[in-house]
Amino acid sequence: MRNALVSAENLQLTLKSDFSSEEQALTNNHSSGNEEKPTKKPHFFLFFNHFETMNEDLKEMLESNKESLKLEAMKRIVGLIAKGKNASELFPAVVKNVASKNIELKKLVYVYLVRYAEEQQDLALLSISTFQRALKDPNQLIRASALRVLSSIRVPIIVPIMMLAIKEAATDLSPYVRKTAAHAIQKLFSLDPDQKEHLIEVIEKLLKDKSTLVAGSVVMAFEEVCPDRIDLIHKNYRKLCNLLVDVEEWGQVVIIHMLTRYARTQFVSPWREDAVFDENSEKAFYDSEEERRVDQSKPYIMDPDHRLLLRNTKPLLQSRNTAVVMAVSQLYWHLSPKHELSIITKSLVRLLRSHREVQYIVLQNIATMSIQRKGMFEPFMKSFYVRSTDATHIKTLKLEILTNLANEANISTILREFQTYVKSQDKAFAAATIQAIGCCATNISEVTDTCLNGLVLLLSNRDETVVAESVVVIKKLLQTQPSQHSDIIKHMAKLFDNITVPMARASILWLMGEYCEHVPKIAPDVLRKMAKTFTDEEDIVKLQIVNLAAKLYLTNSKQTKLLTQYILNLGKYDQNYDIRDRTRFIRQLIVPNEKSGALSKYARRILMAPKPAPVLQSAFKDRDRFQLGTLSHTLNSQASGYLELSDWPAVAPDQSVRNVEVAGAPALSKSKPAKSNEKQKRIRSTCLRIMQHNYSLNYYLPPQIIQKTLNIMTKYILIHIVLSISSPFFVNCMCSLLHLCVFLACQFDAVSWPVRVSLQASSPVFVPETSHELLHRMTGKGLSAQYRFTRQPCIYGNSMVSLQLTLSNRTDQALENIHISEKSSTGQNIHRFNAIERLEPQASVTVSMGVDFNDSTQTANFQLCTKEDEFSVSIQPAVGELLLPITMSEADFTKEQGKLVGMNESSATITITPENVSSQSVNRKVVSVANLGVIPSGQENIYRFAGKTVSSGSLVLVSVALKDPDAMITINTEKTVMGSMLLRQVKTAVQGM
Amino acid sequence: MIHSLFLVNASGDIFLEKHWKSVVSRSVCDYFFEAVERATEPENVPPVIPTPHHCLINVLRQRVYFVAVIQSEVPPLFVIEFLHRVVDTFQDYFGVCTEAAVKDNVVVVYELLEEMLDNGFPLATESNILKELIKPPTILRTVVNTITGSTNVGEQLPTGQLSVVPWRRTGVKYTNNEAYFDVVEEIDAIIDKSGSTITAEIQGVIDACVKLTGMPDLTLSFMNPRLLDDVSFHPCVRFKRWEAERILSFVPPDGNFRLLSYHVSSQNLVAIPVYVKHNISFREGSSQGRFELTLGPKQTMGKAVESVLVSSQLPRGVLNANLSPSQGTYTFDPVTKLLSWDVGKINPQKLPSLKGSMSLQTGASKPDENPTINLQFKIQQLAVSGLKVNRLDMYGEKYKPFKGIKYMTKAGKFQVRT
Repeated sequence: MRNALVSAENLQLTLKSDFSSEEQALTNNHSSGNEEKPTKKPHFFLFFNHFETMNEDLKEMLESNKESLKLEAMKRIVGLIAKGKNASELFPAVVKNVASKNIELKKLVYVYLVRYAEEQQDLALLSISTFQRALKDPNQLIRASALRVLSSIRVPIIVPIMMLAIKEAATDLSPYVRKTAAHAIQKLFSLDPDQKEHLIEVIEKLLKDKSTLVAGSVVMAFEEVCPDRIDLIHKNYRKLCNLLVDVEEWGQVVIIHMLTRYARTQFVSPWREDAVFDENSEKAFYDSEEERRVDQSKPYIMDPDHRLLLRNTKPLLQSRNTAVVMAVSQLYWHLSPKHELSIITKSLVRLLRSHREVQYIVLQNIATMSIQRKGMFEPFMKSFYVRSTDATHIKTLKLEILTNLANEANISTILREFQTYVKSQDKAFAAATIQAIGCCATNISEVTDTCLNGLVLLLSNRDETVVAESVVVIKKLLQTQPSQHSDIIKHMAKLFDNITVPMARASILWLMGEYCEHVPKIAPDVLRKMAKTFTDEEDIVKLQIVNLAAKLYLTNSKQTKLLTQYILNLGKYDQNYDIRDRTRFIRQLIVPNEKSGALSKYARRILMAPKPAPVLQSAFKDRDRFQLGTLSHTLNSQASGYLELSDWPAVAPDQSVRNVEVAGAPALSKSKPAKSNEKQKRIRSTCLRIMQHNYSLNYYLPPQIIQKTLNIMTKYILIHIVLSISSPFFVNCMCSLLHLCVFLACQFDAVSWPVRVSLQASSPVFVPETSHELLHRMTGKGLSAQYRFTRQPCIYGNSMVSLQLTLSNRTDQALENIHISEKSSTGQNIHRFNAIERLEPQASVTVSMGVDFNDSTQTANFQLCTKEDEFSVSIQPAVGELLLPITMSEADFTKEQGKLVGMNESSATITITPENVSSQSVNRKVVSVANLGVIPSGQENIYRFAGKTVSSGSLVLVSVALKDPDAMITINTEKTVMGSMLLRQVKTAVQGM
Repeated sequence: MIHSLFLVNASGDIFLEKHWKSVVSRSVCDYFFEAVERATEPENVPPVIPTPHHCLINVLRQRVYFVAVIQSEVPPLFVIEFLHRVVDTFQDYFGVCTEAAVKDNVVVVYELLEEMLDNGFPLATESNILKELIKPPTILRTVVNTITGSTNVGEQLPTGQLSVVPWRRTGVKYTNNEAYFDVVEEIDAIIDKSGSTITAEIQGVIDACVKLTGMPDLTLSFMNPRLLDDVSFHPCVRFKRWEAERILSFVPPDGNFRLLSYHVSSQNLVAIPVYVKHNISFREGSSQGRFELTLGPKQTMGKAVESVLVSSQLPRGVLNANLSPSQGTYTFDPVTKLLSWDVGKINPQKLPSLKGSMSLQTGASKPDENPTINLQFKIQQLAVSGLKVNRLDMYGEKYKPFKGIKYMTKAGKFQVRT
């Protein structure tokens, strides 16, 4: 603060001196000239000077030795940038500070650099080396921000440096840095599109990344750089689908939009009626006889990958981010079978509660949807009722939707609602409502008359816009059935004098002309009036006057000949050339002379031809040519960079491209007998795909099991059953069948069930003797109970944790019938011990029981009962007790660990005193807190432990790497919550050494 | 994606600009100003404005327009949602998001915007992460920083950025561990002339303020979860668990957050807690109009209706209103024709009323529509849908937290047509 004040003072001082000298100079120069000028000019100079000196001042501050002064200066400079002032001349002074130690100062310098580097390319180059150094910094945040700034500097000369940096960052260990690299790809691409090929390579690499952090950004880069390289997605498709829920919300939007496009190129249409049609028309020509028969008899089966996408996006409808909900909705709209579409309705209607801008976009999309699928939104019709506080564009959209939703059943309700709107104070809205009524009237013939009568009533409304709009709409309605409504036309002719809105006047005139035969007396009179006011009318009215004149001339030339000629003469000299043109044309047409030739013979037919009634249709009628939810859809015109949604392919492209190579795949192809024909190959690959897909088995099954399963399935023709099952209802059966096969395979291979663990369970390394209090003798009225974890596989059930209970009687009389009550208050499944009939005073008994904790550390609550009493007790397991040890080879361990990275990995680094470290102590500490098996390790400083969770059998891998004086603990497991809890416990245990 | 951002105040001045790609001249905002001029009310400005080379997407919050410049195809909701998130973040940091607040904290604003977007694509929007990167300005911290020379900018990558629970930071510590939940329900309704309900629905939210040490894992269960028809969650809620058991299980963010928004199924009839008796009439030919309004409670389950506020946009022809309220105060703005009556609490024994006359422009014809009445009210300790929280349990930590649940019913968009 003080610094700022002092500098401000300095500023004033310098200003003053400058001002006086400038002023003197000026007064000298201009003393002979005009008196006013010099008094004005100093002000200008004053300002200019002020700016100059301020910059000088900032420069000085930046060059000082004090960090705080520099920071203050940078803050002020950023203030200038924010206001849009030019601060580019400070560039040399600012860029010097790019290597500052102060992180805030550094960041502000970054802000400045990115803003001005383009203008000061040479100077910007000075800073590059600093970034190159920072790219190697051990701190990931610094690496990432260096890359961010480096790639944001739009200086073409550094393109090779950027390229190098991106390539390096794409393989960085930190997912955050990799994410930044994905962003940098887009920046480099916009700077130098020639780098496309190299960038695609990086994108390809990053697409394989398993981190949820990277996924969104790299897909964004993909969309920007090479949206047509759909082949890059194949192998990553399933991974992206599975990761989707865990990706951050902005990434979700981008990925969903990309996958929508992808799916439209890869899967066949689930909209059955179209599919059937296509098949009949085209396929017969191209395909062989046999296949065609197969195709036609086969009902539509959704590709499992297609289903996977729909299934994995569905939960995102519950997102709090409106963009995500909209993205999923459009995905369902474009991809799902019609009968599944209804699930998006509620979510879309929910979005209408959000901000006004969100409402606007959502309503637009609903408007487009409601044209094609009334039924979707009809139950929610009332959500679209207009409130007087809505903004105008919201009101119009709601009106549009209500019009679209109208049908025979609800039209009376809607019309009643419209009646309220017509009276609205917002006249533009009232006019729009009248249009809407017109739309309803034409679409639903039952109410045409009612609407028409209502509209005629509105003609006597006091408000001009309302009347005008009514006239226009009535005109359109009358065209459908003019003969019955001559009285309405008469009524309108009477109103004509009071109506001043040009469009309405033109409409009435047109009606007069068109149906002059219905009003033979009135029409010429109207023409007479119009001839009088012709020169004062608007252009559209003039055109219609000419039309009316021509039509009357043809039907009733006796009365109107002179009038028509008068009007045509007026039109001939009109200022507007449209009107002059029209006049000339009409004259040639209706007044026969030698030049006009044959055309005038047909004048009557030309002018009085029956005209088709206009179709009143929604403005959203053909909006669906754009993908919903896009900017192009909102604007109703193609925005730059819009990617067309392709039509469904008639034949699905090869599905196997999405198969991710399983470790055992090469073996699979080798073992195949050479004679096996194409068909069998196809069956096998489909089968493999279904397996991988439905159960993510590829992660857990060793290759030989997959191999065996396939063999069994082909051998016993089960696969044919599986493949012939099409209805989703039978999916469960399919699951069971597959499971059965897998099970059989496992049996053949003598691998223990469950299949997920191809890893042998082993006996516990260490069983702690400590027991925990379950029931204290005071609360238990003399009955005390203690429990301990035996760490053995439970004999009562595979998913249970086995416990040993020691019950003692501390009273002086025997306790009878000790048991666990049947009703358990929490959800856990408990295997009770057999009731103890009698426990003598001071005696103890040990029983065992099993509890299925379901892999969570939630307490199991139950009632321990005696004959007289009931005691509520609870067991809270330590996370380490929810595991069973397994053995595996070191190689297997690293392989499994490689599969469980990203969010499945949690790690921590701690400092330990090195003298205490020995392999025994680490092993002992770890196994004391968790029931894990020790994996023999080839490396000296790395200790590995493996286990599986009791309930679900998920793999839990723990490794402790000692790096003097740090120890790095890594836990890899699918159960992330357990992983983080376990990490904490192992950490405290190892630290305690 | 987002190319540039301009902040424009109500009088049409650009007071902040930020560019993420090459600089876009601020003259692009001229198209926006045109649109503002064309719209009669600030709310009527269309959110998406196309210009020849760009597209402007704007949101209006607290009389400040946030105008984002877009150059190529992007889901418009993406931008709108992001802009609102920016405003929410500013509110979180500075308490309010007004022009003055932004100008006072321009450096923090700039640092925030820099972190939130990279190359126009959102980078970090989670407030917990941002707060670790850039500490919110407080007086104490400013003082400390000037003395010690430390900064507001974090040097380490926030732990949340890489973890599976990005919304929560590690190492949270409190001496008092508390978790409060507010169940707030809003009634949206349109009541017609005769007092019958045209449409009514209940929207609710559960806002939480959780200050718990460590990594608590909470579960919240309802007595009647079937009531909830449509829900949207904070990302922390485990969706699978909700699907299977209708239990909210989550590791909460630290501090204030919205846990859940829900919609009560439309099959249930909504109990409308107040009624409005009105008699507003204009006579043809006379320059006077009558105005009578009485409010009364109905179906409030014995709870008091509080903070009642009536507002109505009277027709343009009304010059002045001469009314007398039986309680509370009323104001009438002759320029905007907005009548508002701050009623306060409704006493069932003595119903509040507002009676009197309106004077109309002489010679003006009788307005064809009666004004709509907008109503606001609050009812404490009542969730009108009947939703009840059953229990809240905490796992993963040893201490006993202090728990509290509060219910409230409010009027949402509650309109009475007359």
